[in-house]
Amino acid sequence: MSTANHTGGFHHAHHFNSLEHQYDTSKQGIWLFLVTEILMFGGLFVAYAIYHSLYPQVFHAGSKQLSVVLGAVNTVVLLFSSFTMALGINYVQRGMKNKAIIALAVTIACAAIFMVVKFFEYTHKFHVGTVPGKYAYTEELSASGEKVTKVGALLAEANKLSVAEREHKLHLDETEYEHLTLLEKTKNWPLFFGFYFVMSGIHGLHVLAGAFLIFWVLLKVIKNQVGPEYYTPVEGVGLFWHVVDLIWIYLFPLLYLVG
Amino acid sequence: MAHEQHNYLNHQKGIWSWLTTLDHKRIGIMYFVAIMSFFFLGGVFALLVRAELFTPGKTLFSADVYNRMMTYHGAIMVFMVIVPGIPAIFGNFVLPIMIGAKDVAFPRLNLMSWYMLMIGAMITGSTLFMQNVDTGWTFYTPYSSIKTGMGVIPMVLGVFIIGFSSILTGLNFIVTTHKLRAPGMTMNRIPLMVWALYSTAILQVLATPVLAITLLLLIAEKALGVGIFDPQLGGDPVLFQHFFWFYSHPAVYIMILPAMGVISELVATYSRKVIFGYTAIAYSSLAIAGVSFLVWGHHMFVSGQSEFAGILFSFITMLVGVPTAIKLFNWISTMYKGSIRLDAPMLFAIGFMFLFTIGGLTGVYLASTGMDVHFHDTYFVVAHFHYVMVGGTLMALMGALIYWFPKVTGKIYSDLLGRIAWVFIFTGFNVTFFPQFILGNMGMPRRYYDYLPTFTELNQMSTFGSWLIGTGFLVGLFGVFHALLKGKEAGNNPFGGKTLEWTIPSPPPHENFDKTPVISGGPYEYR
Ligand code: HEM
Ligand SMILES: [Cu+2]
Repeated sequence: MSTANHTGGFHHAHHFNSLEHQYDTSKQGIWLFLVTEILMFGGLFVAYAIYHSLYPQVFHAGSKQLSVVLGAVNTVVLLFSSFTMALGINYVQRGMKNKAIIALAVTIACAAIFMVVKFFEYTHKFHVGTVPGKYAYTEELSASGEKVTKVGALLAEANKLSVAEREHKLHLDETEYEHLTLLEKTKNWPLFFGFYFVMSGIHGLHVLAGAFLIFWVLLKVIKNQVGPEYYTPVEGVGLFWHVVDLIWIYLFPLLYLVG
Repeated sequence: MAHEQHNYLNHQKGIWSWLTTLDHKRIGIMYFVAIMSFFFLGGVFALLVRAELFTPGKTLFSADVYNRMMTYHGAIMVFMVIVPGIPAIFGNFVLPIMIGAKDVAFPRLNLMSWYMLMIGAMITGSTLFMQNVDTGWTFYTPYSSIKTGMGVIPMVLGVFIIGFSSILTGLNFIVTTHKLRAPGMTMNRIPLMVWALYSTAILQVLATPVLAITLLLLIAEKALGVGIFDPQLGGDPVLFQHFFWFYSHPAVYIMILPAMGVISELVATYSRKVIFGYTAIAYSSLAIAGVSFLVWGHHMFVSGQSEFAGILFSFITMLVGVPTAIKLFNWISTMYKGSIRLDAPMLFAIGFMFLFTIGGLTGVYLASTGMDVHFHDTYFVVAHFHYVMVGGTLMALMGALIYWFPKVTGKIYSDLLGRIAWVFIFTGFNVTFFPQFILGNMGMPRRYYDYLPTFTELNQMSTFGSWLIGTGFLVGLFGVFHALLKGKEAGNNPFGGKTLEWTIPSPPPHENFDKTPVISGGPYEYR
């Protein structure tokens, strides 16, 4: 900007009085943006709450099918990443460049772990047929003329096999077999997976976006474009990352533990 | 002219300098060009829809084509014209200047919002050529999610992106108003236009995310068949309506509050009086914004919601009338014993008050649960919302255009052309939409391709009126070119306005103010 003013190598845009003025303003903008994020997920939570009260059994049976262990691992990973993100901001503010780079890189690694775990969770769901809504059904009709779910088809196959063969041929252990059986007995169960995939999917997209943003500020740290005098982008991205974590903190019990 | 003045228009040259500009004034003009093109397109669809209804049965095209044109007309007008209209065009131009700032808080974000509107519009518009959409602008499930074609997905995605643009503009305005006011410009000294834009911005930021998630859910529903809105899979299509109207009712105020801001400015300037009840007008904007979140259920009186909910929504809906009436009475009190000049912008302001009042009063009919059963989804509703949205917002938009035109371009818009446009638009408007109240009361349903022969005369009157409106807007457009080519030099303050934008040259310099102004009094110090 033509009339930019300089303070210790970092300048503020022409329409602000000072670097602090610019900082305060940016921060307010970021907070407002985060409010819109929370409101958007708020809509999902409202829909979830409504359907949970309408069909408690569906949510009970559905959540049993999710792996609490994997969900918990991911929760820990994200909490840890919030910690490393906070460290990263702190190091940038104190001008400790190398430590900041490590902290931010670890945060990105955590995001990657989170997504890998999600990948395995998702593919397993596709494998056993616990997918949302109409895709949970196959085209075949049962003897009674109803559409068959993919889970139903899988169970029919499993019922013909012994426990050991199930494990071996269908990758179904005994607990999962029981959960799927419970699921299959519950009317409208694919609705739960509609919520599961939409909520965790939109959250996953946010994790990806967050990882890219952290990478962006990491580059800024490397190129010395941020430092003790000017660290607004790092802090802003950090706030975004905390909100992404926060939303997961709500999603985890809602989806995995309600049963 | 002796020597060319240095201003924001000649500060940089070339199309590229426009497409990459961070100057809020230039971005305002870019919005003007974009939104007016959308308006033209939406207007052509309106004229075609109306032409089809000239006679019962088939007049020009098939029912299928009719449904699509009606959908595009509604969606374009709502999401691409009226919602962004005044804030994006005039808000961008005048808001920073009115509070003594050099720019909005986030100029880059501002430019990005414009691009998001363009991208969203392109995606939505592309469905015109690929998959056609015939859901109406409300995209009600289950028709949109199960029955009709896949074109709904890009259409809705485009609207989602446009919504994002709206959120970002609102966010920018809120932060600008909080952080960039000139010294001495307290919140109780900002012009009423700024108050209106500020309240609108709050609505944009708080309501639009709900629309965003609703549209995402609709996309998920259609693409993944998640079943949240599909009764066959255990879902509930009415939930979509709740979500949709939780945004779209406040959106009605996103459309009308900025218009009310414009009217406050016009009434003050053209009555040459201190605005009566500044605080009441200012805070009633906030009150309208607040209450508007609690009334969405009035769109769903016949959806099977509980009787109690119906009564509650009916009551709260009527409450919105209170802050609205406060504004109206304050404007009238301002005009009372003022030295009123009936220049074209003032005519549009008076047109606004007249038409908006009719729209508002018929809204009370619709808010009464019993009467709504009679009027629901009839032409009465069509007339009502056109009186409110078109009679309100478009009147203000035309007034704003003529009022700020000299500031923006340095040239005066011909008052005569403005008045001719007004006569056509105002009479045409009433000829078009008043008969629709009667049609609705007689039972003609909305969104229908065909109607009973008894409704023919009134429909023909309505169609005739639409030609008058069309002519009026063409005159208005001609006025823009006329003023650009032949307009008189404006000077700093051709109309005797008192707000800050009239203290700087027309067109304003690149950074608005050579010296940051210091404010020591209220915005409308006439007498
Ligand atoms: C020349 C002026 C206009 C005429 C003649 C006109 C005419 C119409 C007609 C005939 C319909 C179909 C009504 C139905 O079947 O339910 C309609 C719908 C609609 N119009 Fe306009 N209109 C005009 C301007 C506008 C403007 C400026 C807006 C912007 C707010 C607007 C917003 C709408 C909306 C939201 C719908 C509803 C579409 C739907 O139900 O899906 N109209 N209009
Ligand atoms: Cu409403």
